[in-house]
Amino acid sequence: MAFQLTINGRAREIDVEGDMPLLWVLRDEIGLTGTKFGCGIGACGACTVHINGEAIRSCQMPVSGVAGPITTIEGLGAGQADELHPVQKAWVAAQVPQCGYCQSGLIMAVASLLAKNPSPTDDDLKTTVTNICRCGTHDRVRAAVAALAKA
Amino acid sequence: MVIKTWIKVARDNKVTIYVPHQDIGQGSFTGLGQMAADEMDADWALVSVLEAPAHEAFANGAMITGMAGDLGVSDGLLSTLGFVIPKVARAVGLMLTGGSSSIRATGQYAMRPAGAAARAVFIEAAAKTWNLPASELQAANSRVTHASSGKSITYGELIDTAATITPPSSPRLKTPEQYTLIGKSVPRIDIPEKVNGTAKYAIDTRLPEMKYAAIRHSPVFGGTLDSVDDAAVLKMPGVTRVLKLPATKGTMMSPGDGDVAVVVVANNTWRAENAVRALTVNFGPGLNGNLSTASMFAGFDTAVSTPPKKDLHKQGDVGKVMNAAGAKIVEARYRAPFLDHAGMEPLSTTALVRADGTAELWVGSQVPLMARGAVADALGLKAENVLVHNHRMGGGFGRRLHVDFIVQAARVAAEMPGTPVKLTWSREESIQHGKYRPASVSRFKTAVDAEGYPVAWENVYNWHDDDAAKIPYGVADQHIGYVEATAPVPNGPWRSVGHSRHPFFTESFIDELANAAGVDPYAYRAKLLTNAPRHRAVLDLAAEKGNWGSPMPKGSGRGIAVHEAFGSIAAQVAEVTVVNGELKVNRIVCAIDCGQAINPDAVVAQVQGGALYGLSAALYGEITLAGGRVEQSNFHDYRSLLLQDAPAVEVHIINSGAALGGVGEPGTPCVAPAIANALFAATGQRARELPVKVQTATATESAA
Ligand code: FES
Ligand code: FES
Repeated sequence: MAFQLTINGRAREIDVEGDMPLLWVLRDEIGLTGTKFGCGIGACGACTVHINGEAIRSCQMPVSGVAGPITTIEGLGAGQADELHPVQKAWVAAQVPQCGYCQSGLIMAVASLLAKNPSPTDDDLKTTVTNICRCGTHDRVRAAVAALAKA
Repeated sequence: MVIKTWIKVARDNKVTIYVPHQDIGQGSFTGLGQMAADEMDADWALVSVLEAPAHEAFANGAMITGMAGDLGVSDGLLSTLGFVIPKVARAVGLMLTGGSSSIRATGQYAMRPAGAAARAVFIEAAAKTWNLPASELQAANSRVTHASSGKSITYGELIDTAATITPPSSPRLKTPEQYTLIGKSVPRIDIPEKVNGTAKYAIDTRLPEMKYAAIRHSPVFGGTLDSVDDAAVLKMPGVTRVLKLPATKGTMMSPGDGDVAVVVVANNTWRAENAVRALTVNFGPGLNGNLSTASMFAGFDTAVSTPPKKDLHKQGDVGKVMNAAGAKIVEARYRAPFLDHAGMEPLSTTALVRADGTAELWVGSQVPLMARGAVADALGLKAENVLVHNHRMGGGFGRRLHVDFIVQAARVAAEMPGTPVKLTWSREESIQHGKYRPASVSRFKTAVDAEGYPVAWENVYNWHDDDAAKIPYGVADQHIGYVEATAPVPNGPWRSVGHSRHPFFTESFIDELANAAGVDPYAYRAKLLTNAPRHRAVLDLAAEKGNWGSPMPKGSGRGIAVHEAFGSIAAQVAEVTVVNGELKVNRIVCAIDCGQAINPDAVVAQVQGGALYGLSAALYGEITLAGGRVEQSNFHDYRSLLLQDAPAVEVHIINSGAALGGVGEPGTPCVAPAIANALFAATGQRARELPVKVQTATATESAA
């Protein structure tokens, strides 16, 4: 069945089964591969995107349930100078990524948190950003968020 | 012009450096680029670094000889590689990313000499152009200048003359005070594409008309695929094929030539995965259907009850010392479980096989040349007709030293010539069909002197893979070795190989000895390291930065450990607290002597990452088997550190000037013993098994 989606400001019509997770619509049907598959069970956060600015795990969101505009890592910096959102800039400054695979999801989770709460405490960060990073960039994530919270 | 295949300078003065490794986020592209660019006096702003194509000309010979030679690269890695596809490895050479070898082997023996040779050639070319003696010319920032005349010319302008000059075979390398890039924390060149979603991993491959495949393996290692009923699944939306696959040669546990896995091909990853889960499949247990970790460990426990059958290190006569009248004996045994690598990117490969006998692979591999050879072997193609496109990897940690998932994709693609197919393993398949860090038991027996210091040290363990059981301590009589007791479980190098478990054994036992002697564990180690000054310096630095000896609140404690791995020496101090029966790690302080840090910030990142990777394993990591199959399946039961559990990790570097050591792996080994020793300091509980578990009050009481 056909679904009307707005992704990174662009209208798209997608004709797929309603229970197909948004993750696979983005990756396989549309070709936005910046959103990553890590576990498929909502446990890792690699697939995090924004719907209406809210961070959601797209592997757990059937396309039929999407209500609102979607932003992915590819569209996060739209409208900013050099196309980079402040979180992305902070990530470069703190040299956060290692393998990088979890970072799209982490950046999306942090960007959504900061939009609602510009100066999160360590506890806010702990309870909202529950992504897995196997490379161990945790310390630098905290440093980058602390720099953003001060800015 | 191209110097020894590694460096290309273009007319516009841009420099491309080709490296025979993949950068898995360890910063090796940046570090290797720094080494070449520094020696050639290139302008860093003009430099880009690319992975060399999977081709013999770039095969990483330094890795092979380095492994066999004096670089201290693990034998375990070597034997595993030999084990995977010995024929292919020898025939086509390796372009391997592993063993913390990129910087210390390729960097030292290929990048720096190539850069220095390029510099010499450009100076020579300028001398010819200007008709001046080379000795009067200087190179800097991709230019040659002649100070007294003010003449200046770029490398790019010199390339035609340079092409006529034979590069020197042993160019003079810079001394440390001449470095301009080595030792500087230049920003990593792979980071910008990793913050905006543009970095391409193998799993992101998209090609016109491509198909998507999902796989299910026989759940028991060595089990069989007896029958598949695919009638219903072939009617599911988008599904085009259902195929059976044999075991990949050399990946062990193939009970014969029978099939062991089933694959569904569809027009979307999710549809393929749903369909493969919907199949009615009969798997047979093969020979290992009764295997369980409990029975396996019982076997290991019995096996290590004898003295070593094969020696790793022997000096003096431990038996004589231990049997002497009045000898005081201390004994203990420890155990470590299987671990999966669990890199964030599930295993995936896209393959295209054409009717004309050519093929292309889009992979994320630590061994792209071996992948090429293995695929050629499996499909009966010529290796030179297989083109490999290697990608960024969402974590390697050793799992991508294996090529099973690559050969599988090629086999599927061979069934549909001309159509590219991307095979993606689910997280469940990735965790249940890993190449696990071997499980093992290690038993210690020592005789101690009147002050409680060891004078004879016997250590026997099973599942040998490298020299990680060696100790730096001054103990006169030693007998360290192993017994051949393993299990039919696929296995292989896991970040730091044997160093991922032996330091837990040895550094926990040393702690027990210190405690039995009533001596502070740091002071105890320090005394035994009198003849190991580098170890001692690293230990001292970790203790100092970790505030060793300062008071801690009740229920909290500090633990310390020191270990040498991959040519680097590392020590860690961990601080833990037990809250409501849960072990909380608050802080980890690391000191590392890796000879010289090429890019200090990248070294810090690697040591932090290595420590947290080891901490995930030490706190939660455990692959268990029942009925011959892995019991864990995804991140809910194979846990990984979250932000809330991750302590701050401080890293302090010693640039001792010793031979370069690795940095990708040495951050991992000390974590488990440091936190286990800290748990003891905090509670008096000694963890002799990994993962480290806090005994609850009830458990302690019922055990008492
Ligand atoms: S892939 Fe969605 S949470 Fe892991
Ligand atoms: S950077 Fe590799 S998993 Fe996070």
